[in-house]
Amino acid sequence: MLDDFMVRAALAGIGVAFAAAPLGCFVVWRRMAYFGDATAHAAILGVALSLAFSMSIFVGAMAVALLMALTVNILSGRGYAMDTLLGVLAHSALAFGLVAVSFLSGVRIDLMAYLFGDILAVSRVDLSVIWGGAALVVALIGWRWSALLTSTLNEDLAHASGIDPKREQLVLTLALAITVAVAIKVVGVLLIAALLIIPAAAARPLSRTPEGMAIAAGVIGMLSAIVGLRAAYALDTPAGPSIVCVAALTFLATSVLRGFRPQQ
Amino acid sequence: MSLVQVEDLSVRYGASTVLSGVSLRVEPGEIVTIVGPNGSGKTSLLRAIIGAVKPAQGHVIQGSGVKIGYVPQKLHIDETLPITVSRFLKLPAGVSATEIGRALTQAGAPDLAKAQLSQLSGGQFQRVLLARALIGKPDLLLLDEATQGLDQRGSASFYQQIEHVRQDTGCAVLMISHELHVVMSASDRVICLNGHVCCEGTPAVVASAPEYRALFGTGTGGALALYRHEHDHGHDHGDHDHDHPEAAE
Repeated sequence: MLDDFMVRAALAGIGVAFAAAPLGCFVVWRRMAYFGDATAHAAILGVALSLAFSMSIFVGAMAVALLMALTVNILSGRGYAMDTLLGVLAHSALAFGLVAVSFLSGVRIDLMAYLFGDILAVSRVDLSVIWGGAALVVALIGWRWSALLTSTLNEDLAHASGIDPKREQLVLTLALAITVAVAIKVVGVLLIAALLIIPAAAARPLSRTPEGMAIAAGVIGMLSAIVGLRAAYALDTPAGPSIVCVAALTFLATSVLRGFRPQQ
Repeated sequence: MSLVQVEDLSVRYGASTVLSGVSLRVEPGEIVTIVGPNGSGKTSLLRAIIGAVKPAQGHVIQGSGVKIGYVPQKLHIDETLPITVSRFLKLPAGVSATEIGRALTQAGAPDLAKAQLSQLSGGQFQRVLLARALIGKPDLLLLDEATQGLDQRGSASFYQQIEHVRQDTGCAVLMISHELHVVMSASDRVICLNGHVCCEGTPAVVASAPEYRALFGTGTGGALALYRHEHDHGHDHGDHDHDHPEAAE
């Protein structure tokens, strides 16, 4: 079954959507939508470094994404708003990454592949990395769920319940770094942020509880992966963008649905 | 034994000192109110007590086994986060449905368990926050301007609810309030704060202290008069104008 590239692609997409769903909900609730972009841009620098030192791309991307997560965690709450901080880090990391790539003589890397990914070229090893990372992320978020949710609602309430909001934010940024690192090869830098945010946003009108929203986002993300790949196959369109288009259309549909229903 | 004891507490944010040398204690069952102008460190004091800010100096000692319920100043629920009142009350540790029902009833909002948090009115929201603070059966309730944004009737009924809660559960209350007439009528003790403790004592003592008058002007005389008036004490305050209490803020 895994010999079929379409099956491997679908499994990869489902794996990424699985991890991105609960994470994407927190990104939306905490207004960190730019975080996916920032970490993903930083990962380009990681790709360049790993080619320079001939390490595995996964390791390089992971190292830089983790570094990025820690930097954001340390700098946040010190006089810069989150969006400013992420904007500064995202663009400088991308710029340093591109400059670093230009120093690599003799190595031609196809940047487009990392910007848009190539989900149809997923190998069995890639699949195990994706599913391993996704399982880790979901386990991490599941373990910290209540504490994360309490800190997201209000930091002082978290303190009063004996929760350290700073630590929970670190958990969240680490989970984001892992997701970006495992997903970069498959969906690419530009589409990771989309897979984080669009399914979560599309799930909002359908949900009454945070848990419901995370599950709905997961279902929407996975269906988008499957339907998007089918559409790409049938219409001969690029696979990654097709997945995001399906997710975007779902967002449109649930938003319209909300318009016809009394607000919950 | 005191429920909570603050000793020589100083809090700094960067270069600015917001609190210096503050000491206070709260005894079981009493209602203590902190008053003070904007920027006087009232909220920082409460945040230091719950451990949200680290003291630059001094310390906060919590009596052993003392449970604290905290009602924050304001809580913005992002429209993108769907959450029902009962789910909110279950955070972070799971609580039974009966416990939730009991806390909501105590807070005067028995019918709200299934409502969405983002759809509540200001008064309902404060009651839900109060219910959340009551869930652990606290020995001490901390309220940070819990009636901000409520109209006078709303805040009066909220403070009545606090009084009921104290009668029912016997918990002590440490609260920040801007509404001086409420403070004066509902508190056992008032602490006037302006970076340090200016003065403290019973409402009558504090209201006549020169430090307090320097901070709040003579309008508070009206607030105290209103308090006494409401309580039929019949003291001689006839030469005071009954200023509108808001004028004191």
